[in-house]
Amino acid sequence: MDYFSEGLTRAVELLLSLDPEAFSAVWATAVVTALALAASLLIGLPLGFALGHFRFPGRRVARLFVDWMLSLPTVVIGLIVYAMFTTRGPLGEWGLLFTLPGMGVGLTLLGLPIILSMTATAVESTDVRLTETVLSLGADRMQLLFATLSEARFAMALAAASAFGRIVSEVGIAMMVGGNIKWHTRTITTAIALETGKGEFATGIALGIVLMLVALVVNLLVALLRRRAVA
Amino acid sequence: MRKFSLILALAALLAFAGNAAAAESILVGTTTSTADTGLLDYLAPKVLKDTGLDMRWIAVGTGKALEHGKNCDVDILMVHAPGAEKKFIADGNGVSRTEFMFNDFVLVGPAKDPAKIKGKSAADALKTIAAAKASFASRGDDSGTDKLEKGLWKNAGLAPDKDPWYIQVGQGMLVTLRMAAERGAYTITDRGTWIAFEAKEHHSGLVIVSEGDMALRNQYSIILLPPKCSKIKHEAAKKLQAWFVSPVGQKAIADFKVEGKQLFTPNAGRSAAK
Repeated sequence: MDYFSEGLTRAVELLLSLDPEAFSAVWATAVVTALALAASLLIGLPLGFALGHFRFPGRRVARLFVDWMLSLPTVVIGLIVYAMFTTRGPLGEWGLLFTLPGMGVGLTLLGLPIILSMTATAVESTDVRLTETVLSLGADRMQLLFATLSEARFAMALAAASAFGRIVSEVGIAMMVGGNIKWHTRTITTAIALETGKGEFATGIALGIVLMLVALVVNLLVALLRRRAVA
Repeated sequence: MRKFSLILALAALLAFAGNAAAAESILVGTTTSTADTGLLDYLAPKVLKDTGLDMRWIAVGTGKALEHGKNCDVDILMVHAPGAEKKFIADGNGVSRTEFMFNDFVLVGPAKDPAKIKGKSAADALKTIAAAKASFASRGDDSGTDKLEKGLWKNAGLAPDKDPWYIQVGQGMLVTLRMAAERGAYTITDRGTWIAFEAKEHHSGLVIVSEGDMALRNQYSIILLPPKCSKIKHEAAKKLQAWFVSPVGQKAIADFKVEGKQLFTPNAGRSAAK
């Protein structure tokens, strides 16, 4: 009963034999993670910038709210999204329950507060002289946004990496909203939960190794882009 | 060049994803036992061949499966909790209930049998366990198995809940069995999961201590959902139901074996004597 060595062997087997079930799960994971991360960044970067840059009434309450949302349990997000998307729920018409885009929506709710909070913090901590300098050079608001975001790009890359890490490893939302349907909405994490439930511990560990390898590849790519950006 | 190959790879992946959606799909709300034992994996290709339906399933506890049905989130239900199913139909959440196969439950416990219940009927065995305060692991997740177990306690005139010897696991059958093995507890399991568990964990220390009682029979039914579920695939659901009760479907169920043992007994048209 050596789950680790058995799991490692099994992981190599899964990868070398291009196991269709494992790759279907990798694919589902990639799709929902890409959807959720893209949506989180698209919404979170501008809003996070606004939150960190502008001084408006209610700003501190908004910040508090965003930081509070970081603690929202994924099972609760899953339940909320299920309640919205169930055929008889308010958004049932959209037909998103038990689909990859539906899972993407749920996972966006997980990633968004991370991007918002970390972007706001990064923008807050950029040098105030940057704003003055850029504005005195005749930049408009849009150019200021890009100048600030570009100055804070490493902090935001960290925000994206953190959000990626949480989204890719999430299981509660994926299970509740996706339904763990074989060949369709079964992600690596829900597959691990299933295999563990079935007593296939070694396969569970093998899939865990596969997930970590996928994450490693993504992180390496990001590091590569970053080195290019610096150079 | 690099960009081009990336686009090519993406296109290939998309084509692959598109292919899978050719046959008409049907979403079955079912219980962990039909999925975990591999029965549905075994039947799905046969269903596809005979009916052209691409069977997909959401395997959860019966409680959650019925909730999915109530919300019209699945096309058809395949569950095993007769009491809850009848209420489900009476409440107007389902239109028909067709019994099509059964398996049975067994009472398992430590080989040493500390409460001395070997060979007793289910009700007597539970009474003895409670009297001896021997550890008992319960699913505690409102699944079909959990409902059956609660019913057995009720028939025995007992309702353990906060008793220290009564462990409510709140997870699937295999997890519960494993916990029973680690804690030297008794538990009730469907035979299918038991065979799969025993095949995998030879030295669990658990053995069957009581079986064969009529009260331990586990009847599975197919439930069709009412017209008020306007979005679901009613025709496909009828087709699937027809396949399961047909001689071909019934034979396929009987042919399914795990570790050389038949798990489910088809009984469409012959309702369980209960």
